[in-house]
Amino acid sequence: MTLTTALETAAVDLSGVVKRYGAVTAVDGITLNIRPGEVVALLGPNGAGKTTTVDMLLGLQKPDEGRVEVYGQAPHDAVALGLVSAVMQTGGLLKDYTVEETVRLTAVLFGKPRSAVGEAIDRAGLADVAGRLVGKCSGGQQQRLRFAMALLPDPELLILDEPTTGMDVAGRHEFWSAIRDDARRGRTVIFATHYLEEADAYADRVVFVRRGRIVADGTSAEVKALASGRTVRATLPGASETSLRDVPGADRVEVRGDTVFVHGNDSDEIARYLLTRTAARDLEITSRNLEDAFLALTADEEN
Amino acid sequence: MTVALESRSLPKFGGFNPGMIALELRRMLRNRRTVVFTFIMPAVFFLLFGTSSSYKTERIGGGNLTGYILISMAVYGAMLATTSGGAMVSVERAAGWSRQLRLTPLRPAAYVAVKLVLAMIIGAVSVAVAFVVGAVAGAELPATAWVFCGLLAWVCALVFAAFGLFMGYLLPSENVMQILGPVLAVLSFAGGLFVPLDQFGEPFATIAKFTPVYGVGEIARYPLTHDGNLWLAVLNVVVWTALFAWGAMWRFRRDTARV
Repeated sequence: MTLTTALETAAVDLSGVVKRYGAVTAVDGITLNIRPGEVVALLGPNGAGKTTTVDMLLGLQKPDEGRVEVYGQAPHDAVALGLVSAVMQTGGLLKDYTVEETVRLTAVLFGKPRSAVGEAIDRAGLADVAGRLVGKCSGGQQQRLRFAMALLPDPELLILDEPTTGMDVAGRHEFWSAIRDDARRGRTVIFATHYLEEADAYADRVVFVRRGRIVADGTSAEVKALASGRTVRATLPGASETSLRDVPGADRVEVRGDTVFVHGNDSDEIARYLLTRTAARDLEITSRNLEDAFLALTADEEN
Repeated sequence: MTVALESRSLPKFGGFNPGMIALELRRMLRNRRTVVFTFIMPAVFFLLFGTSSSYKTERIGGGNLTGYILISMAVYGAMLATTSGGAMVSVERAAGWSRQLRLTPLRPAAYVAVKLVLAMIIGAVSVAVAFVVGAVAGAELPATAWVFCGLLAWVCALVFAAFGLFMGYLLPSENVMQILGPVLAVLSFAGGLFVPLDQFGEPFATIAKFTPVYGVGEIARYPLTHDGNLWLAVLNVVVWTALFAWGAMWRFRRDTARV
């Protein structure tokens, strides 16, 4: 491998990926390039195709079409080499192993020394319960155990699939502090979630997924911009999106029949323009938050 | 940022290694049910059914009837142990552990190899426990029979390691041994392990020779009895091992294709 290609190697390279289960298309043409060091949230409702995408990145599923590469390798090889590891949503633990034995088994499989075991246990905050049987651990502790196992190969890319599902608030907080401490070391992290606040708080980049497609992709700041601002709704027969493009303060204009939706940060300016310069009536101003942006981007079309 | 691919390498033998076997063994021994069923029960059966004073005085080959029954019980123990060793895959699939293991360098074939080795280790322990109890409780066998009957009981139990794997992949259940325990008991009766076949009627005794336990029992007792059709018994074991191994491979391939 030459230096140039090493520098250009993407952490994740998905290109035109399609995955079908019978008549259902779970992933419908996803193209996504993630650079090393990025912390990316895959955000979307249940059934959007997040888990299938994650499974394909880990080589647990094969795409029907398209190409999946992780650090320039086929996913299965990337997993075997320890370039990528994951904390999966559920399952995957044996109740009659202790926490320490589970991590040790993982270390043995990856050919890591005994010292790596204690280190992973410490970093996942499990030192107090190392000798406990997995079956006697709380959901949060089990999830941190999966995290400890994922840390063992010292992966370049860490994938978290709905990592805090079923955790209480305290468990969720502890889990994310462990992840955040770890991400400071420059690891690439991809996490799938349907919790908006998690995407907002922990990701540099947010990729919205809906019905197996990427519907939005931007930095955290762009997502916040998308989420902030207000929407001015008005009745304006005969309006077109082009005629309203010059409304001062408008970021985005949408026309649905006789109703126009003008999105922007300065709703006063937009309202003033609509009332004074056009025939608009029935004005309604609503504020948007991340939840609205999320719903707008991920909800099914009404018709 | 450069990725130090050079420093990363795949483990040898697809991840098959003694460290994993040691950890798995420790976990198995933690399971009291496994210990009772595979190590203690066959020895207890032997003490209950094989140690009456008339059995101790009745001679067979160079040993006594108690020794003959001991070999049968050792075969039974080895069968239980290897079957439950193979059937571990069922529990682990149900728990999603096999999926977790696919996020490690462990190759599926190496995983199966680990399970087979484990099955054979606990099979050996089961035979050893039965033989120690037997030696203390009055079983008499010629010295060569102690060695060869034990070895054959153990080696032939490989057929049940394959059986356990096959069933483990076939039955996605948390407690697959609760189904397989009774099945093995019935097969043991049918194969002449608990009751000699000549006590059955003629058609049944003939059918019994085609059941999977028959061959193992005949071969394991041969160093004592030097009796019976050894080649028929070997054929029985070979055919059943091939059949179960084929079944396990078939399910295993489907399993690794799906997950």
